[in-house]
Order: sequence, then C-alpha cells, then structure tokens
Amino acid sequence: MEWETVIGLEVHAQLATQSKIFSGAATAYGASPNTQACAVDLGLPGVLPVLNAEAVRMAVKFGLAIGATIAPRSVFARKNYFYPDLPKGYQISQYELPVVAKGSIEIELEDGRVKTIGITRAHLEEDAGKSLHEDFHGKSGIDLNRAGTPLLEIVSEPDMRSAKEAVAYMKKIHSLVRYLEICDGNMQEGSFRCDANVSVRPKGREKFGTRAELKNINSFRFVEKAINFEVERQIELLESGGSVVQETRLYDADKGETRPMRSKEEANDYRYFPDPDLLPLEIEGAFIAQVKTTLPELPDQKKQRFVTDYALTPYEAGVLTASRELAGFYEAVVEAAQGEAKLAANWVTGDLLGALNKAGLDILASPVSPQALGGLLLRIKDNTISGKIAKQVFDAMWHGEGDADTVIQAKGLRQVTDSGAIEKVVDEVIARSPQQLEQYRAGKEALFGYFVGQVMKASEGKANPAQVNALLKEKLK
Amino acid sequence: MHTKTIAELSHALHKREISSVELTRTFIERIKRHNGALNAYVTVTEEQALAQARAADARLKKGEGGPLTGIPLAQKDIFCTQGVKTTCGSKMLDNFIAPYDATTVERFNHAGAVMLGKTNMDEFAMGSSNETSFYGPVKNPWDLSAVPGGSSGGSAAAVAARLAPAATSTDTGGSIRQPAALCGITGIKPTYGRVSRYGMIAFASSLDQGGPMARTAEDCALLLQAMAGFDARDSTSADRPVPSYSAALNDSIKGLKIGLPKEYFGAGLDKKMAQLIEAAIKEYEKLGATVQEISLPNTHLAVPVYYVIAPAECSSNLSRFDGVRFGYRCKAPKDLEDLYKRSRGEGFGAEVKRRIMVGTYVLSAGYYDAYYLKAQKLRRLISDDFKQAFSEVDVIMGPTAPTAAFNLGEKTDDPVTMYLSDIYTIAVNLAGLPAMSIPAGFIGQRPAGLQIIGNYFDEARLLNVAHQYQKVTDWHSRVPVGFE
Amino acid sequence: MSLQPSDVEKIAHLARLAVSEQDTPAYVRNLSNIIDLVGQMNAVDTTHVTPMAHPLDMAARLRPDAVTEINQRERFQAIAPEVDAGVYLVPKVIE
Repeated sequence: MEWETVIGLEVHAQLATQSKIFSGAATAYGASPNTQACAVDLGLPGVLPVLNAEAVRMAVKFGLAIGATIAPRSVFARKNYFYPDLPKGYQISQYELPVVAKGSIEIELEDGRVKTIGITRAHLEEDAGKSLHEDFHGKSGIDLNRAGTPLLEIVSEPDMRSAKEAVAYMKKIHSLVRYLEICDGNMQEGSFRCDANVSVRPKGREKFGTRAELKNINSFRFVEKAINFEVERQIELLESGGSVVQETRLYDADKGETRPMRSKEEANDYRYFPDPDLLPLEIEGAFIAQVKTTLPELPDQKKQRFVTDYALTPYEAGVLTASRELAGFYEAVVEAAQGEAKLAANWVTGDLLGALNKAGLDILASPVSPQALGGLLLRIKDNTISGKIAKQVFDAMWHGEGDADTVIQAKGLRQVTDSGAIEKVVDEVIARSPQQLEQYRAGKEALFGYFVGQVMKASEGKANPAQVNALLKEKLK
Repeated sequence: MHTKTIAELSHALHKREISSVELTRTFIERIKRHNGALNAYVTVTEEQALAQARAADARLKKGEGGPLTGIPLAQKDIFCTQGVKTTCGSKMLDNFIAPYDATTVERFNHAGAVMLGKTNMDEFAMGSSNETSFYGPVKNPWDLSAVPGGSSGGSAAAVAARLAPAATSTDTGGSIRQPAALCGITGIKPTYGRVSRYGMIAFASSLDQGGPMARTAEDCALLLQAMAGFDARDSTSADRPVPSYSAALNDSIKGLKIGLPKEYFGAGLDKKMAQLIEAAIKEYEKLGATVQEISLPNTHLAVPVYYVIAPAECSSNLSRFDGVRFGYRCKAPKDLEDLYKRSRGEGFGAEVKRRIMVGTYVLSAGYYDAYYLKAQKLRRLISDDFKQAFSEVDVIMGPTAPTAAFNLGEKTDDPVTMYLSDIYTIAVNLAGLPAMSIPAGFIGQRPAGLQIIGNYFDEARLLNVAHQYQKVTDWHSRVPVGFE
Repeated sequence: MSLQPSDVEKIAHLARLAVSEQDTPAYVRNLSNIIDLVGQMNAVDTTHVTPMAHPLDMAARLRPDAVTEINQRERFQAIAPEVDAGVYLVPKVIE
C-alpha cells in the first residue's frame, strides 16, 4: 500500500523580551540556577502575574507578518498539571481565545514549487523551568530560571506531507521570527524548538490517521530524522496489522529513535479555565496599526526585490534572504563592490558561505567583512586579478593577511595585461609544444585548453585569461 | 485604653497623651492574658511590635505621622509578612516564613501602624466557623461555647475581645462580614479590585477581597483609607482614585433609599434575627431613609454557584503547595508522585481537600460545561439582579447571617449545612460588590449583624450609612463579659 | 448525582492528594452531597446568558518590559525543603 504522511508542527519561539512574561525577572540565558527566578516565577503564596506589554507587541508583530487575524480580545487560561518544573501547578497559556489566529506562510519545495502552509493560531504562554537529572545523587534538580520566559506557540495546520516540507516550514518560521527580531532563534539554548504531530494514512484517504506527538526536537536535522523514523515506525506497525496509539513520544537524538514518554503515559486532563488573576487582553486597531509601521521587509518581499533589483535567480535570492543578517551582508557587499550584484551573489553564496560552513561560523562572525569582500570584487572587475587568483586572495584575506589590495601587492598577484608580455609567454609555449601544435592544427581542437593551461602556468596564473584566449586563437590558426 | 476606638486613640497619640509603646504593651498584655481562652492569635510579634511602636513614637514626637501612626493592629494570617510565619491556618505552611510583605502589610507599615501578631483563621480561608484551622478553633468572646464565624474568626474575636483595636481580614464568600456579625463588630468587604490582593494568599482569585474589621464604621474608614488603592502588582487592582472615606461619614442620610430583598427575609431566617433587622431598619427610617421591598430573584442559586466557582479556582490556586519549593514536605517520599500526594494529603486538612476535589471534579473533562460554565452564566444572572436593584435603591439591607453564632462542633459533620450559613453573603462576592456588617443587637448573649450592600466602589456611602446608625445606637460599644 | 469510590480515587489522583481507603467513604458521601447541592443550578435555563468570568468589566493592564527583580535565591531557598547547589531537589523525574 502507498502511504501518505501528514505533519503538523507546534513551534515554540521564546520571545526576546528583557523581562519575563508575568514578572520583572530577567530572561537572560545561562545564569546560575534559580538566580533569575523571582517570587512570581517561583509561585510563592500570594504572588500575582502582570502581563508584559512587549510580549504582546511581539505576538502582534508575528500575526501581522503571517497575514493573520489579531484577536481584539483574547483570554489567558490555566493549564493544570503537576510537574516539578512547573512551580504553580499550572501553566498560564491561551486556550480558547488565542491572540493570533488564521495566518499562513509559503514554503518552497525541492522542485521549486511554492506551497502555502496554514497557521491555525499563535498564542502567548509562559515557559516552564528545567529538570536536571545528573549530579544530584539519584535525585533531580530543579532550576526555575526559565520559568515564566515568554513563549509564542505557533501551531500549523496539518498541511505538510513530508519531513522535508516540515523542515522547510520550520526554517521559514525560524527566519521570520529572526527578521521580526522577536526571537533570537538559538536552537541550542532552546529559544526555538518544536513538537511534531505525525500520522500516516493510505494515499487518497481523506480521514487522518492516529497521530503521535514528537517532543523535544531542537534542530532542523533532528526534525527530519525524528519524523522519518516515526513515519517508518507507524507504517511498519500498520502493515503488520497493528494500530498507532495516540501518545506523546520523545525523540532520542543519540539513538535516532522515538519512544513513548513515561511522564505523559496517563491521559492528561488539564482542566483549562480562564485565569482569574488576569483580565482579558484587549488589542485596539490603533495599536495594531502602530505595530504595522514597525514591520521590517519580510523574507518573501526581500527575495522578490533581490530578483528584480539585482537580477538574481529565485534560488540565489532565496539563499541570500534566508536570514536577515545574510541578506544585509550581501547588500553591503554589493554596495562596496559598486553594484556588482551578480558577482557578489556568486561570491557570497559560493566561496564565503562555503568557508563559513566549513569553519562552523555564523555570517556575523565572518572574518572577511562585506567591505573587504566588496573590495576584492572590485579588483576582479577592474581586471587587476582574475577570478581564479581572487580565490587565492580571498583565502589570504580569510586568514587575516589584510585586504585585497594588500594581499595582491604582497604576493605580487597583479594580473598581467601587458599584451607584449603575454605574447612572449604564448610564443614560448607554442615553441616548446610542436607536437600539440600539429595535432591542434590537424583538428583536435580540444587541445586549446592545454595551451591556455600552459600559458597560465607559465605566468603563475597572472595573465589575463581573456587576452590569453584571444592571442592563442590568433597564433594557433 | 483598650476600649477606645482608633479615632480616639489616634487623637491621644498625636496629642502625646499616650505613647504607642504604652498602647502596644497594653494590647500585648491583654493578648497574653486572654488568648489562651480565645485562640484568636496564632503568632504574637511582641518584639517587632515594640520596635514599630518606638519608631511611631519618634515620628509622633516630631509632629509627623498620620491617623494610623502608632496604632496597634492584627494581621489575618493570610497576609504575607516578611520574616514572620505566615500559615494561612494550615499545617502546609506551618514552617513558612514569608520572604516578602503583602501590599496591605506594606501599606500599614508605611502608615506607621504597629503589627501585634497574626490571627487565626479557617485553613486557607475555607470555612464559616474557624473550626478548620490547623491551630484549633477560635472561641467567640461573647460565648466561649460558640463559634466566632469564619474564615476571619481570629481577627473578629481579637477585635471583639479588645485584643486589638482593629484587624485585617479577607472575604471570599462572607469571611469578613459573617465573623464580624457573629462577634458583634464592624467589618467592610470592599468592591472587588479596591484593595490589592498581592501577598494575600489566594483562595478563589475572582472572589477574594481584603478589608478591615474594627469596632466602628469610623475606624473602618481610617483603615480602608490605608488599604485601598491601585497596585501595579495586581492585574485585577482597580486603577481609580480613592475618595476620602472619613469626609463623608457625617453626611445626612435623609432620603436614602434602602432596598430590602424579600428573598433575605424568607424561610431559614431566625425569627429573632428578623426582628432585630426590622428594628434596625426602623432606626434608619427615623434618620430619614425610605425603605422599599426589592427582589433578588436568583438568590437561592448563589450558594450552588459559589460552590462551583470557589472550589474550581481553589483547586488550581492550591496546586503550588507541592512540597518542592516551600511549605510542608512529607517524610521520605519514595518517588515524585508520592512526594506530591503525601505532602498534600498530609499538609491539607479535610475541608481544604474536599474543596480541592470538588474543584478538580467540576473542571475535569466532560464536566466543565455542566458545572463551571453553567456557574459562570448564573453568576451573570446573580450580578444582573443587583444591577437591577441598584437602579432603584441606594443600598440594600438585610441580615448578615441567618442566625446568631452557632455552637462549636454543631455543623462540622455536614459541610453542606455549614455552606448554607453563608446564604446572604455569598452573592455579593459573586457580583464583586462592597458590603458591610454592623452590630444590630443580641439574640441572648450572642450578637446579630446587619448587612449593608452598596453599588460598585460606593464604600464611602456604606461607611456613611453605617456611621449614622452607630451615632444613634450603642450595640458596637458593648464589651463581652470578661473582656472589659 | 452520586459519586462512586472510583470517581473519588480518580479526582484525588488528578489533584495529587493521598486519600486513604479508610477515608474514602466519607469523601464519597460529602462530595456527593456537595455535587447534589450545586446540581440545583440545572433548574435554570441559561442558553442565552454570557458567562461571567470576572466581577470587573476591565481589560488586562500591561506592564513595561523592564527587569525589576534582583537575585534573592538565598532568601527564597532558606524556606525550601531540600536544595543543593542552588537547585531544588525532588525524587528523580522520569521523562
């Protein structure tokens, strides 16, 4: 039987506020345990929550960016369950009336087609603390620094049909929240994480299969792996006559498998009800209009502009706009290279990203600045060096040997454009290759490359390739 | 000294006829002498009180301070007091030294008041007789075999027995008004949102409201002035100006329109209680008020609605007591579930556990609509009854409780019977309105209370109406035998 | 409507309350009485009534995003049942 995979994602994005969603404690990552857990975060008797205005603003910003409806009135509810990292015994979240509803984003599929993924809702809630399992003599340690950090939970429709689509969606949301500057997107620190609802059904059937919820997925790679593992597990189960149980499963990155979560084994009854400590959140049109004026150019808009203004292919534009920082870097290179947009795109997506990847560096940590790269491109453009020599220059710049001009000067890499000098080399090469000359003239035109190579070698790569070509064509006739 | 009102004591303090230290010593002595019989205080903070009194005297000496500077008072043990045990009447918090002050406590400290100690109460404010306290029942000073009412029974008994000139209290379903009535003192539950709930250990968040208890309405006006007002730490705190409560006390009440809900005078009301309330109303007519019968047709639903909403909120509010970060932890838990279940099972008393279970039940899957949502809808109807009534009258009057104080142990076996003793007070909390109870006579030796209900944020009028009655009656200045 | 002992056990588990077998009958009886009492609500038709979650007809007030709290770990952990190296200790949590 042919199976179809159905995936919906719940992305949790930590909002980049200074203070927590309901208290004035700091949200900074990495503090010593429980030093950023104030009375409200600890759920001490008698304390009360007060909502952070910035968290609301950020949620509205996200809603506007995905073309969603901003609820004029939304309600905070309590989700009741006992867990040591949940100090009050309930999580304050939004249940029936979320702040953001019904939006969508577009993802690009591998074959280049664009697919719209619906976003059911996005709601504000507080994060829980952390349970630490090691080093406490068989006990667990509870650190509540993270408790109360604002989260935007972004819930998609079950619109994705493969792990690859899920990854593309997650990447798109990741890019969007960073463009909007509402989340730092740091997946290692848990600022951006996701749960995946995965089910399979026989191809062509309308009804969804029973789904499993995969928790604890904190990298793009793991999303793909976890989903693929789970899909296979479910298909195997169904094909061997079994049935999928609706349950919460934990993705174990070390073993590359999913397994049922013991803490979630019993059916939960969260007893949601409106939080009586908080009044309904009302958002006026004027506030929404004001937030709208603060929206930056979004990835899709930027991509379109890159295609139009810089004559890039949609693929190149897509790569360059994947993050706001990369797009900004690229535009700075174009400016420094006096408008050499295509050349800049080639270099940024090629040599630069390659080198960054290899070194495991972020674009903002690039050892070669946009201005320096632009300077290098100018030297290509004005024929000071060839594209090939430029790679050598770039490598030196990467290793801190100075800007393009310094490197070219120091290594004597300036391109030879003196046609007399080049002609001399060409003549020498022809003179010492009588055999090849004969064959070439007899019709083996592929040998042209041999002559070019010899000339370039003899000139240590510095001869202007266009001139070399022209001269050789002439002399080999 | 101990029989004087705050207004009188404040005058004497400012004139330096007495010192706050003397005054504080007087009450500390009285507490030492009488608390054994009454069990009104669970903690007495003698040293801290004397230090506060000395500081108050220093301010007074310089001609500084306000009406409460140097005035001793008691805090209900539901308000967090930094560095002082805050138990909420529960074994769960028997070891809980609050690491911060409630807003109300902070405000009284700022006003220069002196805290004598923390008063006994029903566990987590759940009770109408003060018999659910982990620290044992409080006795009614008028009759030691009677309950003082609840949940603010310790505060009410302390004020009635002159072990404090005033005390703080909280009211979720009548916990200020009913004990005030049963102990023959004056208490006001303000409009929901008027007094900050920050640092007041929550029972039912949409119903809880703090307020003062004292002997007179005049004193309550001084105390409420200090307690009321916006607090940025409480999202449900009302951000609107606080009028001067003392300024309006002497306004004439000629032409005041009093509504008497016929539902508050039906079956279940003690005959003698009815007579006392009627006599009090007659007194108001003599003062120039007009009286008309009104109807609050959904009154009979208040108790059922309350016993859905209050337990639902309490079941969630009390989840934080889990033995992990503070409070009671069971011995040698074998796993996490055992830690939770035994810490909570052993730390909470029977009534608290009952209410947590009722609340858990009405919110659980499959029952939410039938119970919780239904109760919220009926809450609207009950609230609308009052809206309708206040379009016709200025205040509503009736009995605070159907009977005078009942005997200790009389209703402890049957929670439902106990719940029904709050029949006249509960609807006010559901609507969020302000209401008072003032002394209106005695049934035998046990006091009776008149309830006065006002429109939203109309506390100044309530205090004025109560004060005018107290100017022509002396029920409020009677002292129980043995505590003169 | 009467509750069964199994209902009480289920509720007690959801609420994480240890209830002994010996105490269960009393809870069954008392809780059933309370549920009967609140059952009086059913006599009223509320089809067109808007639920009232809160006595105040107000909207949420928002606070500015500013860090106003300082580290008070020592003070807060002085009242904790069991702590080690700044963390609260509980029996092993199994995920």
